Amino acid sequence: MDSQMVSMMWEGVLETLYMTLWSTGLAYVIGIPLGVILVVTEEGGIRPIKPLHDILGFFVNIFRSIPFIILLFLMLPLTLILVGTQIGSIAIIPPLTASAAPYVARMVESSLKEVDAGVIEAAKSMGASTWQIIYKVLLPEAKPSLLVGAAIVMTTILGYTAMAGMCGGGGLGAIAANYGYYRWQADVMIVATILLVVIVQIIQELWMRGAKASDKRIR
Amino acid sequence: MAENMIELRGLGKTFKTSSGSVTALEDINLSIGEGEIFGIIGLSGAGKSTLVRCINYLEIPTSGSVIFQGKNLGTLSDQELREARREMGMIFQQFNLLAQRNVLRNVTFPLELSGVSKTEAKERAIELLRMVGLEDRIKAYPAQLSGGQKQRVAIARALATRPKVLLCDEATSALDPNTTKQILELLKRINRELGVTVIVITHEMAVIEAICDRVAIIDQSHIAEEGPVSQIFSEPKTRIGKQLILGDAGKNVEFGERKVRLVFDGNVSQEPVIANLVLACKTPVNIVFANMKEIDGKSFGQMVIELPADETERSRALHFLAANQIKYEEVR
Ligand SMILES: Nc1ncnc2c1ncn2[C@@H]1O[C@H](COP(=O)(O)OP(=O)(O)OP(=O)(O)O)[C@@H](O)[C@H]1O
Ligand SMILES: [Mg+2]
Repeated sequence: MDSQMVSMMWEGVLETLYMTLWSTGLAYVIGIPLGVILVVTEEGGIRPIKPLHDILGFFVNIFRSIPFIILLFLMLPLTLILVGTQIGSIAIIPPLTASAAPYVARMVESSLKEVDAGVIEAAKSMGASTWQIIYKVLLPEAKPSLLVGAAIVMTTILGYTAMAGMCGGGGLGAIAANYGYYRWQADVMIVATILLVVIVQIIQELWMRGAKASDKRIR
Repeated sequence: MAENMIELRGLGKTFKTSSGSVTALEDINLSIGEGEIFGIIGLSGAGKSTLVRCINYLEIPTSGSVIFQGKNLGTLSDQELREARREMGMIFQQFNLLAQRNVLRNVTFPLELSGVSKTEAKERAIELLRMVGLEDRIKAYPAQLSGGQKQRVAIARALATRPKVLLCDEATSALDPNTTKQILELLKRINRELGVTVIVITHEMAVIEAICDRVAIIDQSHIAEEGPVSQIFSEPKTRIGKQLILGDAGKNVEFGERKVRLVFDGNVSQEPVIANLVLACKTPVNIVFANMKEIDGKSFGQMVIELPADETERSRALHFLAANQIKYEEVR
């Protein structure tokens, strides 16, 4: 492997991380409020609003069942408006975000539901408002579980960034596909793939350790 | 007793469930005075938890009203209700501490909610933690504490906003007898030193006897009877009252025709009553159950005896009791 190859791989790593982190971050910016609303408005929740809960749940399910590759094409016009282009690594961020957000919403929902109802009751007895219960009880108490969820979401999104090649984007996935599949350079494909696996492992390991360390329930 | 802190008027609560409606409370009328320790006792499912949760409007009653310091809680806005709740602390059987916050930050939590500054909140929290004897554990997390310590933290947290009332829902039911005693002592001290009105919900008569001034017995959604603890103890009027008074140890006592419960107050308990009875009436009696209690600083004894089957021997025994001014009642 020459130095040109090394720098290409390095660029691939950076681009993969770039797409993954942006998409994950944005998916959480959208997914957390959705997950919170789902939990808060459900029947028996801290502020039940059944119609809102049902409608939101319906749309989340619809979006979750659209295959990513279809979403990628369906969203092209919107992608152009959002990022100014339909090609390149940046162009895959909006569809990745859109397909991950509903998934994140469900993950957040299930994490928040794990919070002990007794603790919420105690907060209410102290005169906490709905908003205070959300940001001082639900989210902090669910933090370890939310972090575990984030590790899963991030590694899943990382896998999907391989699709960036479909719209002329870069990253390790695209390199593996281009060199391995189209040019029959198996060595490049193998190196890129190994790098992807290693990155997933590192993220998974570090992140899970962080999640565990942040949990004050275990000791 | 000073003026009423809490008044419940015709309080009722019916839950609508998918399988029909469940009446948890019906026509509850109670007045709880300022500075008293009021007990509410009942069997599981009687409606005790629903009753305390109605007192701070965590549960909205379906009929009647809750008057707290002269204000009808049902007429308050959301904001006013939250402010009223800050004047009523609450502790729970399962402690309900925030698992991701350390002891100090659990106690400052209600102060954060009401917008007290950080330094002031910390000062107040440390003062309270000193009072409950946990000032050296302020950095610990709930998972690192014993049940008794967790309940102490919960008590400190409930008192942070200087409430007028402390609601305790089965606060000692998850604790061993020794720890229970310590927590009850603490509640008594809080009542005495801070003048906080304490409402104690329990299914154990021992808890009531240990700290309460007055007690209400709740049975199947209704108040069966209420009064000073010593009065309910020596003269329970209802079957449920008699049952609860005999307590856990007496739960194997089968009620029946020939069973009589005797109550001795401090003075009589020196004398060998049963021996005298057997000698005087020349009839054997069977002691089914007996124990001693301390209520309001006075010692009380209670005993369930089984009288002979013979009618005349039985009435002779009862006459003996009456003549010797021993309170008795048939338990059936
Ligand atoms: N949210 C609810 N929905 C439906 N029924 C309820 C609800 N909460 C309580 N109940 C019913 O109301 C009755 C009284 O319940 P409550 O919890 O007040 O009893 P309790 O005296 O506190 O019992 P325990 O000693 O077991 O805690 C029970 O029959 C219970 O099933
Ligand atoms: Mg209960």
